[in-house]
Amino acid sequence: MVLLAALAGIPLVANDYWLNAVLIPFLIMSLTALGLNLLMGYAGQASLGSGGFMSVGAYATYNLLLRLPELPLPVSLLLGGIISGLVGVVAGLPSLRIKGFYLVASTLATQFLLEWLFNQYGWFSNYSTSSSISAPRLAFLGHDLSSPAGRYLLTLATVVVVTAVAARLVRSQTGRTWMAIRDMDTAASVIGIPVSAGKLKAFFVSSLVIGIAGALWAFAYLGTVDARSFNLDRSFQVMFAIIIGGMGSVRGNFLGAAFMIFVPILLDHLGGGVFGGAVDPGQLENFQKALFGALIVWFLIKEPRGLAALLSRAWTRLASRINR
Amino acid sequence: MSFFIETLVGGLLAGVMYSLVAIGFVLVFKASGVFNFAQGSMVLCAALTFVSLRDKGIDFWLAALITLAVMVLIAIAVERVVLRPLVNRPQITLFMATLGVSFVIEGLAQIVMGASVHELDLGIVDTPIEIGGVQVSQFDLVAAGTAGILVVALSIFFNKTRVGIALRAIADDPQAALSIGIRLQTLWQIVWGVAGFVSLVAGLLWGARQGVQFALTLVVLKALPVLIIGGFTSITGAIVGGLIVGAGDSLAEIYLGSLLGGSVSTWFSYVLAVASSWSGRPVCSAKRRSKGFDACRRSAQKPSKGSTRRTRPRRACATGCAQARLWCCSPHSRAFRL
Repeated sequence: MVLLAALAGIPLVANDYWLNAVLIPFLIMSLTALGLNLLMGYAGQASLGSGGFMSVGAYATYNLLLRLPELPLPVSLLLGGIISGLVGVVAGLPSLRIKGFYLVASTLATQFLLEWLFNQYGWFSNYSTSSSISAPRLAFLGHDLSSPAGRYLLTLATVVVVTAVAARLVRSQTGRTWMAIRDMDTAASVIGIPVSAGKLKAFFVSSLVIGIAGALWAFAYLGTVDARSFNLDRSFQVMFAIIIGGMGSVRGNFLGAAFMIFVPILLDHLGGGVFGGAVDPGQLENFQKALFGALIVWFLIKEPRGLAALLSRAWTRLASRINR
Repeated sequence: MSFFIETLVGGLLAGVMYSLVAIGFVLVFKASGVFNFAQGSMVLCAALTFVSLRDKGIDFWLAALITLAVMVLIAIAVERVVLRPLVNRPQITLFMATLGVSFVIEGLAQIVMGASVHELDLGIVDTPIEIGGVQVSQFDLVAAGTAGILVVALSIFFNKTRVGIALRAIADDPQAALSIGIRLQTLWQIVWGVAGFVSLVAGLLWGARQGVQFALTLVVLKALPVLIIGGFTSITGAIVGGLIVGAGDSLAEIYLGSLLGGSVSTWFSYVLAVASSWSGRPVCSAKRRSKGFDACRRSAQKPSKGSTRRTRPRRACATGCAQARLWCCSPHSRAFRL
């Protein structure tokens, strides 16, 4: 609660740069990671289609806002998420028969197909001449949410609500079904757990959450809807976030997203500070890329269960020291 | 009709180029169970190194040799720094680690050798020649020939040399291979080195075709459906899968692309791959398994000379056959293999 109050109070103290470039992408990335984590960390179905589902959510919400302007913003967001969830169910159909890397490849098919679809057909972007389209104005109950603080609060509220629901969900019957499927699906089906339905449900919920995150990414962060910002790199980024943060942990999503968003910014600032423009920016970018890759490998080696496990271990150690 | 055949042949020859990259994947996956996403950046790194050396006026073969040395060094470093600490981790973690490695290789290679597009001239004239009324690119023919030679060389390496046989032992059963004293780590280094060599060949051919640039790493994304169709563990499968993907892509681009409005080839091969993995098992691992099964039965029926020898192989084969049958029948046979 304290943390929540602190997060809600941030707009009072932080400047626009922090809100726009750091906190909003961090929150949205956390939400996306949460969506993928439900699928991959809880239900055990690896997916590289996150970018695709994000774009479905973004384009669906865009079209809803455009064509049904009387709907309030949260309803449009949710409907956009549901549409993305339905696409997710279709994309999840191969998971009934194939697993592992074969499934990863089939989600890649979804990714490329969706990217192509949104670039190819003008209807989705309302026949805009440029391939990117500007987002409609964000407003809710008469309040204009277009300022950085407004967009931040919109993102924060969505993230809090979705995270609360998801945290309840993974402790429910559904969440236990997913974990049973993840741990051993043959055994799960033997004891009467509906494996196929569970997998499809996981794909639906996961894509729903990712779709909402995609809509926020387009409207609250970038301000444009552009299929190119939901490419394969985005899918990889999300997957990195949950592996570094910790699979099968709600808290891990936030830690992993923080790593994926903050570290490149930090490297950027460090690079600018140390070399001060003495080095070619292209070189600096390559250097950052290499360093970032090395950091990822290092984290994977040092902490197999992610930052969430690291944190909870530190916490128990601290608690036992205090109790003594 | 001749246009159809021309498209088909062009696609098949392009498919051979995909196979070249896919072979590198197969080698690493067979020996270490790692799905090596860094293969694409290895292709880029090899091509960049080679081009930079050539730009400095170094002789072709010497440049190739130095590049090979660099690739082997990378292989050893990857094994030491990344693979060894990550033994027994989930495959997806290893996959993500190779993704991190690919960032490192791409970043470093471009720092050292620059990010601009280089021209690579292998001295092959790319004029189409006519064979039986069909125009065929000469360069593609050379590429296909190179791939053929590479496959023959690799199969000799795997079937005849000591190292190759040890590698096959590891691919079959790492535990058993370890227990008879095969050095896993050394062999991993060797196999990553060989994968480096394959990526050198692929990098030269791809680089000559579309210029040595960052886009070379995207070749990986074309190789993935090739692997799904051909199976992760079979070199023959990589070739067959490459041919299918190449032909499918170019035919789809011509005939489906006009219906749907172009650039179908970005996703067509993936849909093909999903369809193939939905409908059955990968082309070549299925063949291999059934062949093993048949060979097993044949050797069990064959009368052997020594009386003591007669029973043992028969029993071993009976369990082998049972296993094979079980695998084929199980609805999740693919999952068990992964």
